[in-house]
Parts: sequence; structure tokens; C-alpha cells
Amino acid sequence: MAAHLSSGRVNLTALREAGRRELREFLDKCAGSKAIVWDEYLTGPFGLIAQYSLLKEHEVEKMFTLKPGRLPPADVKNIIFFVRPKLELMDIITDNVLREDRGRSPQRDFHILFVPRRSLLCEQWLKEQGVLGSFIHREQYSLDLIPFDADLLSMESESAFKECYLESDQTSLYHAAKGLMTLQALYGTIPQIFGKGDCARHVANMMIRMKREFPGSQNSIFPVFDTLLLLDRNVDLLTPLATQLTYEGLIDEIYGIQNTYVKLPPEKFAPKKQGEGGKDLPTEPKKLQLNSAEELYAEIRDKNFNAVGSVLSKKAKIISAAFEERHHAKTVGEIKQFVSQLPHMQAARSSLANHTSIAELIKDITTSEDFFDNLTVEQEFMSGIDTDKVNNYIEDCIAQKHPLIKILRLVCLQSVCNSGLKQKVLDHYKREILQTYGYEHILTLNNLEKAGLLKPQTGGRNNYPTIRKTLRLWMDDVNEQNPNDISYVYSGYAPLSVRLAQLLARPGWRSIEEVLKMLPGPHFEERQQLPTGLQKKRQQGENRVTLVFFLGGVTYAEIAALRFLSQMEDGGTEYIIATTKLINGTTWIKSLMEKLEPAPF
Amino acid sequence: MSRVRADEEEYWHSSKFRAFTFDDEDDELSQLKESKRAVNSLRDIVDDDDDDLERVSWSGEPVGSISWSIKETASGSTSSLDGRDSSLQKGTSSYAALPKQPSSYSLSSLFKGEVRFLCATHLCLSLSALTDTGVKNYAPELRRPKAEYKDYSSDWSPKDTVRRMQRGKVCSLERFRSLQDKLVLLDEAVAGHDGNVITAVLIFLKRTLRREILFRELEVRQVALCHLIHFLRETGEQKFLLDLLRFLDRTEEVALSQYREHLNIQDVEKRREFLKGCIGLPFSAEDTSHIQDHYTLLERQIIIEANDRHLEMAGQSELFRKYPRKASILNMPLVTTLFYSCFYHYTEAEGMFSSPTNLKKTFKIPDKQYVLTALAARAKLRAWGDVDALLTTKNWLGYTKKKAPIGFHRVVEILQRNNAPVQVLQEYVRLVEDVETRLNLATKYKCHDVVIETYRDLKDRVQLTAYKSKVERGSAEEEKIQSILGNMVRNVYS
Repeated sequence: MAAHLSSGRVNLTALREAGRRELREFLDKCAGSKAIVWDEYLTGPFGLIAQYSLLKEHEVEKMFTLKPGRLPPADVKNIIFFVRPKLELMDIITDNVLREDRGRSPQRDFHILFVPRRSLLCEQWLKEQGVLGSFIHREQYSLDLIPFDADLLSMESESAFKECYLESDQTSLYHAAKGLMTLQALYGTIPQIFGKGDCARHVANMMIRMKREFPGSQNSIFPVFDTLLLLDRNVDLLTPLATQLTYEGLIDEIYGIQNTYVKLPPEKFAPKKQGEGGKDLPTEPKKLQLNSAEELYAEIRDKNFNAVGSVLSKKAKIISAAFEERHHAKTVGEIKQFVSQLPHMQAARSSLANHTSIAELIKDITTSEDFFDNLTVEQEFMSGIDTDKVNNYIEDCIAQKHPLIKILRLVCLQSVCNSGLKQKVLDHYKREILQTYGYEHILTLNNLEKAGLLKPQTGGRNNYPTIRKTLRLWMDDVNEQNPNDISYVYSGYAPLSVRLAQLLARPGWRSIEEVLKMLPGPHFEERQQLPTGLQKKRQQGENRVTLVFFLGGVTYAEIAALRFLSQMEDGGTEYIIATTKLINGTTWIKSLMEKLEPAPF
Repeated sequence: MSRVRADEEEYWHSSKFRAFTFDDEDDELSQLKESKRAVNSLRDIVDDDDDDLERVSWSGEPVGSISWSIKETASGSTSSLDGRDSSLQKGTSSYAALPKQPSSYSLSSLFKGEVRFLCATHLCLSLSALTDTGVKNYAPELRRPKAEYKDYSSDWSPKDTVRRMQRGKVCSLERFRSLQDKLVLLDEAVAGHDGNVITAVLIFLKRTLRREILFRELEVRQVALCHLIHFLRETGEQKFLLDLLRFLDRTEEVALSQYREHLNIQDVEKRREFLKGCIGLPFSAEDTSHIQDHYTLLERQIIIEANDRHLEMAGQSELFRKYPRKASILNMPLVTTLFYSCFYHYTEAEGMFSSPTNLKKTFKIPDKQYVLTALAARAKLRAWGDVDALLTTKNWLGYTKKKAPIGFHRVVEILQRNNAPVQVLQEYVRLVEDVETRLNLATKYKCHDVVIETYRDLKDRVQLTAYKSKVERGSAEEEKIQSILGNMVRNVYS
């Protein structure tokens, strides 16, 4: 189940194991049979830590989703609520507890497990409702960094960017720092810390402070990571706005990947036996898990989508040939050999079938006229063309009432690529958006302005061309099939964030001081002293390991670009990626939009 | 100037056509097809028991995963795989059958009543507050973990207090009596960056300090300030929030924050009144005009809605009978309202609130937007005469001319989407200026005359000859092509 976590340079199984241990310890505190009531949002992230079997071993007999009303009548001794510390969830719990039949025997015990933190406010809230005393155990489960893959960790904190930049609430940074402390406890102190941006500075400060305050945390583990790079999302607002063009990036853009799972339209995954066809055509979306445990997916996920077709067809030939072998198997030994390989071949075949279907689904969209037009405009902006006037395509999209998020993505992209829009242009877009989508969106537009995504140009200076040229953000000669630069992930645009990581490794940030000053927030370097015995003596040709932490979210295309750098023969650095949340332009903008409907529950 | 030209040149040659295309369309497609074929052919060879390889239910949830198990155990069949199907039908689970509690109350409404009460009176984080003596006796069982007692100590320093709170322990804040102590505590909390703790301390300060003092101290503590603002917003303490923002002179924020409130008002009349009150708020200049427009729009919509509902009920208007309204026009965006009015009230005089021209004037709707919307509405009604009139302008000599601020290619698109007959379509295809676009559209929508005439004007014999095969044999079009081709020959030799 978790074998893929140990396949990378840093064995992340240890982190998962630590999470499982903590969970088991909590479950054992509540002796006897139990039922878990889940905050639905948590099932995804928990699923990456533990399976139902683990819970069952610790006497979890039933599981329910948290909903208002009476709890289902399960014959268990303990009811445990697994929840995020949110007031609206406390109301549901209160309702559940108050409706519990007091006459039932034996009575059931209640417990709460807050994820990732206990909250004083929530407990106070429960107390006000008169139910706090009903809970025997109130504990926290610090699910800070969840291992998603051999080189990927995420906090899955949806609102981290919004909290940091709109509300100046730095709680998520505190969690990030705590997660990093846990990581250091397991994998050794990270000797070098680099960072860019205000949030990065905060996290570094907190780490140093935490280390100072808990001198006992000085550990004797040989450091696995050489460098930590903390990057603020607001240093690079551009990248998430552009449409990702890697295979995994496109799956996420079109269908949305959640906790490594994707739901796809079922039509392309019709029932297999022809005889049964038509009888029970599936109507539920097909759900697939996507991670490096699947050999084929690991190979194609980070490729530009234009390079995926040829790989799939090559694989098809290989598998066909492998199955053909059976005709040549004459002796018993040969047949036995063939049969022993069958399970592996079957797995490969079903994997190929799935990805061929997904590729077809995506291709239907990428070959559409609108996708092409949209991408053309994005690429114009990113390469610095006509960013200072009202764009025809955007106007057309508004006139045809395309989804508002699409419009906002484009307008924000234009604004970022022009260091802010001319007041006249900005006013024009605003007016069109409000007239077409409703005046109440004035609140969302204000949020975007506050986050710096949409703004008037101040001082009449556009820094973007200088940044673009110095950091080589736009590459004209991109090779999608056999890339030689990270710009392949956006077919021309090299993600700024990853360029910063690349330049840090070689030749160092000193070479780009001027540009760094143009980007928001401070850049800095810190060193954490190691005891002499733990200082690393690097072997000849041994790669450095850098942990890149994206504060405010990272896209799959950026991850792909970092993996590309890891695999470069003379790269010299391998990257592990951590983030507050895996995002794409749509989910990101959505998190910044004003909620116009009252929360339904 | 020439530099710009060069840039443009470079762009056209480099970036434009790099946009996402499969370089070799057919090849790429065939590759996918090929792998599909291979996969399909293999199905015959391999048994279809690969579900055993990796046990997944149809929805793809691996059997045994947490979310799968929730469905499983909730439906009562703990482990049997046969229960899979029934677990997918949520309706059959015993849980869903339970009566649902009406949950239409919004979170914010809930907050409004109770948080103020909570914060103002009871939210103290002292130990005494956490003892059960005050707890109302609703709970099925009254128990309290003993562990809480041993954490209690009365003389934690501010730093220790914050640290303990960060670890989720209960601490008494009541001891911090002097302003000085309270501020040290706050600064410690801020330095810890844990929003949970910062908010807890702020609530304590809010309860124990005079407003003016709290505001004054927060003004120089931006992080804490942001947390308080966020907290007030979440819990709906609108009045306190506005007082704070006013004190800070953040007038624009006051305005927006107040405006946001309208979203919670369901009753349209009340909403309209509320918006009216928002007009005078200190928004930025351009926002002020938007807010004014928002109010005016809702005001109009209320009038139109009342009228039209009446008309529809009375059943007198043919238009409403033939095309019953799908939804009320209340709270719809401006452009939607314009479409509505072009659909139901197109011919009304400008004096009427519901007439399109009135809307256009009142909200200064740009020509382009207006034509686009009117065109879509009239085309939907297949009122081709109106379409014609909309695109016709008269000059002062009385000559008429066709004009489309949105470009005739867009006109054609819209008409085509509304299934306009070829005769109508043709007229506008002919007016598309760019020859290539015109030819494309004409070919696509089978406007033969336009194709033929365009080739004639281009004197393109080859294309014209080729097009002959695309028109019906013996049709008027074929004849036309013949005669043009004949003429061309004559012209060449004469």
C-alpha cells in the first residue's frame, strides 16, 4: 500500500509510520468497541495514512459521516468524532450529542479528536452548548505533513493562502513550522535554510524559535536533507494562473485530483465483458488512484501531454508482444514461466487501458478550439505581448458568459504579467465582469486586489519584462518530447518558483540579486549548527537533497519541473517537495472568492 | 514603431502557433487508437478477474480504504464484498433513513445570536469556567477528564502561558490584570504565530479592556488586529467590527464590509432598502458607481417582476404564454436583465423601466454589449426582422447601411446557434470583411451563393471548379458556377 513512499531518496514511510503510531495510541486510549464519526474532509487525508484494517484492529466497528441529527444506532462503547477545529462542525457535534438517547443502555462514551489542532475556541463553544462535559477524551492529532508520494508532502490546508494574504492569519505557517520540526525530528536537522517572501521569513523564524525553546529536540540523527528552501506563493503569483500542460497537471485542471484520487466520467470505462454491455452502464464516476506506485503513471505523469501518446503506443506494443509469447511457450517450464508473469502483465494491461482512456478524454478537450484560444492568450501574456490593453478574447468570453473563474484567471494573469493593469483597462474589466456576472462580485474583485493578483499599475513601471528576461521565464525553443529545460511543463513558460530553486542550486542567488529585490518580500539564508559528528562528508558525485516548501500551494506542473531537475544527469540536486496545499488556478482563485451563498449544512 | 512591428513579426512566427497542438494530429490520434486497440484485443486473452489484483469497487475506492469503509460499515455489512452495491445506494443505509433535522439556518445567523452572548459574557479561559458547575444539564453524561486539574498552576509567565495554550492546555488568563501584563501576553501570543492562541487572548482582552484602549493598542499591533477583524467577521459581530474599522479610518473596508451584509438579506424589498443605505458609504470612486447601479438594478427588477408576474398570471400576453418565464428576474445580473427585457419587452417605449433602451441608457451599457445581447434575444425568438433592424443604420441622407460593432462573424455565430435559415445567415456571412473568414463561414454553413461570389471576385477558377462538386447537381448554384466559369474564360480570351 505504501511501498511507493520508500522508493525515493528520502524514505517517507517513516513519516507515515509515525502518523500511524500516534493514531493507534489514541484509539487504544478509548478502550472497547468504537465507532468513528468523520468530518468528511478528513477521510481523504487520513486515507493516505491508514486503511480501515488498521482501525479495525483497534476495535473500530462502524464509521459514519458527520451530519446533524441523531447518531446511527451502533452497538459500540465509544463514539469518536474526528474533526477539524471549525465552529460549524462543533454545532453538528452538539446536535448529535444532544439527540443521543439517554435511556439507551449501555450508554455510549463520546470523544473528540481534533485534526490538526485542539482549539480553545471550539472547546469553549462546546461548553457554551452544554456538551463539553460529555467528552471523555479531547485530544489533537497533528496531521501536519501528509506523505502523498515518494517526493511529495502536503498539509492539505485549503485556505492557507487566503489566511496568510487576505486575513493575515498565520496559523497555517505555525503548522508548517511544526510540520518541519517533526520532519527534522525524523530526518535530522536541516543545516541550511534559504527563503524568499514574508511568510518564508516567518516560518524560518518560528523554526529557529522552536528549536531554541526546546533544547531537548537537539537530535542525533544524521541529516538527510542538505537544504530547505522556503518559497512564498506570492513571490510567484503567475505560475498557478497558467494552464498546466503536463499529463498530471491537465488531469488536475480538467477533473481535479483530490488526495491522489481522481473521478472521471464513466463512459470511457465501460464494462469489460461485451455480452453484458448496455445492461448496466455505469453512472457513477470512475475513481482512480494516481501515484508512483503505478509504474506507467510514474513514467508519464510529468511529461508534456504532447509526449504522452507516443509512450502509450510504445507500451501497447510491448505488452502485446509479451502476451504473444504464449504461442512460443512450448515446454512446461516455459508455460510456467509465462504464467508466473501473468499477474504483472495483467496489471500493466489494465493500467495502460486506464491511461489510454484518460488521454482520450483529455485530448478531446485540448484539441478544442476554445482550449487553443485560451492557451494562445495565456502564452501571449506570459511572453509579454499586448499585456497593457483590453484583450479581445477575454471580452468575448465575458460576452458569452464563460465561467467566471476562467475570466478571473485570465485577467489576473494579464495583471501579473504587466505588474498591474492600467487603471482604464482594470476599470473596463471590472465593469464588464460586474455587469455580466452580478455586482456582488465586487467583493471577490476586492479580495483579488488585496492578494495582489489584480491591481492597478503603480508608478507606471512594468517590471515583468526584466524579470522574464533575467530568469529566462519564456523559452522560444521548447522541446516537449525530449525536454532540456523546465519550460516544457507549460510549453514555453518556465515556472518562476522553480527557476528560483534551480538558480539557488547553481550558481546561487547572488547572481540574481536585482531581480530578487523586484519580487515581494525578503530573501535570506540561515544556518543551523550541527554537532561535529553529524556533519556530512559528501561522497564524490553524490547529489544534494533539497526540500522545497511552497507556502500557499504548489501546482502539479511545478512539481513536474522540480522532478525534471532532480533527474537531470548533471543536476547535482534532488528535490523533495512540501506544500500547504496542492492547487491549480481554478481551486486557487476559488479559495479567494467571496462565498455568496450561506454555508449549507 | 518598427521595433514593435518586429516584435509582432517575431511573435507571429514563434509563439502563436506553438499553442497546444499535437504536432502531427493524425499520427498522435492513431497512436492513441493503437494503444486502445491493443488493450482491447488483450481483453480476450486475459480473464477479467483483475479486480482481484487490486480490489477496487466500481467507484474506484480501494476496498478497505477509509472512505469506502464508511459506506460499508454504515450500511451494516461490515466486510462482505457482496454488500458493495447496496452500500453505494446511500438511500438504503439505515443512517439516511433517519429523520433529517431541518438545517436551513445559516452559520452566520447562528453566530449572530449566540456568539455575542458567548464572548461578551462567558468566554473566559480560566479554569473555573471549565469546571462543570456551570454546564447545563443537557448532556447524557457529565464527566470531565481528571487530567485537567493537574495542569493548573496560577503563576505561569506570559510566555509559558502562551506556550501551554499552543499545546492545547487550559490556562487561566484572569491573572493578567494590568494593561501592561495583558499587552505582554498579547505580544507573546503574536510572536508564537498560532492564530488559535492569538484569538483566545484577543477575546480575553476584548472582554476586559475598554474599547478605546483596545483599539488604540491594536492599531500598533497589525497582526493581532487582523486576527480580531477576521474573528469579528466570522462571528458576525458587525457593529463592533464597523466601530473598529472606523476608529482605524479604514473607511473603504467599512463600506465593503457593510455592503457584504446584503447577501444575508433574503427579502428583496429589505435588500433594496439596505442597498440604498449603502450608496452613501465611503467606497472608492468607481465602486460607488457600481453600488449605485446595483441598487438601481434591483429597484428596476422589483418593478419589472411585479408587472410581469401579473401579466403572466393573467394569461393575456401571447409572448408569456408561448415562452413562460423560467425564473424570476430578481437578483439577476445586469446583462441577464437586459436579455430578459430584449426578449419580453423589446418594443416598449424608452419611457418604460422595462424597455431595453431605458436599461441601456440608465446603466450606460456599451454598444457592443447591447447589440450582442439584443441579437441573442431576438434570434432566439426568430425575429429576423428585428435582427435586420438592429444592424441597420441610417445616415443623414437617408441611406441605410449594415453595421455590427461586434463584427459580422459574431453575428453569424449567434444566428447560427439559433438555427437561422440559410437565407438569413447568408446575408450576414456576405458582410464578413475578412475574405478567409467569410469563405470559412460560408462553406461551413453551406451559403453557396456567398462562396461562389467570393471565388468569382477572387477570380479563383480552380477553387470554383472544385466547389462545383459540393453543390447539388442540376441546382441553380451549379448553373451559376457554370456561367461564371464561362464568363471567366471569355474574359481571359477577349
